Amino acid sequence: MPVMASAAVATERWSILSADRVRRGASQGAMLLGVLAGLWALWEGFKWFGEAVDLKIGVFVVDDRTLPHLHSIVARLFEPTAVGDRLLTVLLEAALFTAKEAAVGFAMGAAIGFLIAIVLVHSGLLQRGLLPYIVASQTIPILAVAPMVVVWLGGRGLPGWFSVAVIAAYLTFFPVAINTLRGLQSADPRALELMQSYAASRWAILWKLRVPASLPYLFAAFKISATASIVGAIIGELPAGIQDGLGGAILNFNQYYASSPDDLWATNLIAALLGLSFFLLIVLAERLIVRRAPEHVA
Amino acid sequence: MKRSRFLWPAGLTVALLLALAACGGDDGGSDGSGGGGGDTTASADPDKVTVQLKWVTQAQFAGYYAAQEQGYFEDENLDVTIKPGGPDIVPEQVVLGGQAEFGLNWLDNTLATRDQGGEIINIAQVYTRSGMTEVTWKDTGIDDVKKLAGKKVGVWLGGNEHKLFAALTKNGLDPQKDVKIVAQPFDMNLFLNREVDSAAAMTYNELAQVLEAKNPDTGELYTLDELNVFKMSDLGTGALEDGVFVRSDWIQDEGNQDIAKRFLKATFKGWIYCRDNPSDCVDYVLAEGSVLKKGHQAWQMNEVNALIWPAPLGIGVMDPESWEVTKQIAVDFGIVKNEPSDDETFRTDLAEAAMQELMDEDVDVHGEDWQPEEVEVTEGGE
Repeated sequence: MPVMASAAVATERWSILSADRVRRGASQGAMLLGVLAGLWALWEGFKWFGEAVDLKIGVFVVDDRTLPHLHSIVARLFEPTAVGDRLLTVLLEAALFTAKEAAVGFAMGAAIGFLIAIVLVHSGLLQRGLLPYIVASQTIPILAVAPMVVVWLGGRGLPGWFSVAVIAAYLTFFPVAINTLRGLQSADPRALELMQSYAASRWAILWKLRVPASLPYLFAAFKISATASIVGAIIGELPAGIQDGLGGAILNFNQYYASSPDDLWATNLIAALLGLSFFLLIVLAERLIVRRAPEHVA
Repeated sequence: MKRSRFLWPAGLTVALLLALAACGGDDGGSDGSGGGGGDTTASADPDKVTVQLKWVTQAQFAGYYAAQEQGYFEDENLDVTIKPGGPDIVPEQVVLGGQAEFGLNWLDNTLATRDQGGEIINIAQVYTRSGMTEVTWKDTGIDDVKKLAGKKVGVWLGGNEHKLFAALTKNGLDPQKDVKIVAQPFDMNLFLNREVDSAAAMTYNELAQVLEAKNPDTGELYTLDELNVFKMSDLGTGALEDGVFVRSDWIQDEGNQDIAKRFLKATFKGWIYCRDNPSDCVDYVLAEGSVLKKGHQAWQMNEVNALIWPAPLGIGVMDPESWEVTKQIAVDFGIVKNEPSDDETFRTDLAEAAMQELMDEDVDVHGEDWQPEEVEVTEGGE
């Protein structure tokens, strides 16, 4: 009898739990739909208003060319291209190609940024000496750096996409280095003193104390870098003459914007989704790795 | 509890993307394997060379893609990599840097590079006439270059403006003072939105971009009747465009001369194929550039053929008269500081040798009978 009773209680609790989950899931789904509907209304509302009053902001005229209907942009994704595939298929292939460049670039940039932070946290002299140059590196526009990287690396027989990955890494390493440095320094000073009083090695302090303390900072940086690496990859494809990625698609559609604006908007949509998926991958990794992270700024 | 808030949308999106990626990947497996398949004949290993195009893959370069697809490069025992260009790619730099043996660019760019000490030489002038135009709306009444005085004149800067400047000067207008030059991007939106009074347009590309666009007021496509088209070739300022160049020291070598001759022969054959089979060539180009539009490329193929054919001296051989025009513009507009020497700027022997071999094979290298097609303009270039 008691066994049965407890089982009944358990199933009851389980059903309450799952009902709770369903309800929360539903409300989140509704929220997502609401936000999407709101954005759609904003877009179409502005377009309708602009066309109705013949709005002209500077040189920006509102018409089907400057601001196509959202539904025609989405519909474009499912129309075929000249070679027969749907535009969506073509763009997803391009997105995969760009994703490869961005992912390799992100990995390189994150590793380099992490190493720089570890070196800098151990030497105040290097920190003061090197940090200004690291900051300066980011004030040089990527558009100026990209062609040089392509010329240098291309001349060494490396494949074009690798040059693009290096450009993506250039945008990635900076936020990681700066944030990780801050994170490594954020270790509790009392814990630091305690470990030092036990004559713990720098290595032990680094891995047992500093690195765990830096993880939330690290992932905050990863989130910025993940999207930056996509931007770097797309920009880098232009000087590298790569036609297979999103950058190539954007360049082509840019040329033909006057006659078919939906294509460019559709490509931008896919590029944004790629950025979003990179971001969410980082969020996912954070949830798996930082089990006890204090705050989540998702 | 808190965990699931972020986990499920994240997991869902990742799953969705993986699923989409899997769908997208189905038919993408064929690329990336590259050359080396099935061409291991008894003959010596093919010579590996690279050609750097001036711009992205499009029918402007159809002859090279046709030579690849039709196996003409293979016939000449060449293994050719075709490198598309882009906004930040300077073919001269790529060739001088040794990343490509052959480069394509407008002849005046080749002159400018030479003047700055870059030792390159034109070995074939594929386009026999200029495709550059300046267009105006007919309703503005600007039906003569002289009437551009005081107007906003759009043109691509950075080396592409010289022909227009020459045309303005020839008509008594100082490009710096008498008109307002507007830097034009790679699209025609400034012109379509009437933010400039005139715009530069290549017959084979931007002109079609205008015709493929809808007039938002009428809902109809724009037509040639609504435009005035000033062709640089009619104005006598048609400096030559797409030609093939190589490094001057590279071509000293006799072995390389042989490679160059075979390369030219194969590409000429490719262009001749595109003259006789334009729709095949459009398909070759579309297969390389999956986002291109068929209608637009068909227009481009036809207009590009019109720049090559008829070729009175035979395809690829520099026409002395057009060379003089190009040289004069280069000198007058400061593209070069020193007057270029003819012998060091171009040589026609390789193109002539390649052409001779084709003539021995009874191939028509002049295209005297070629007639342009009527290509129907499609909305959005589809």
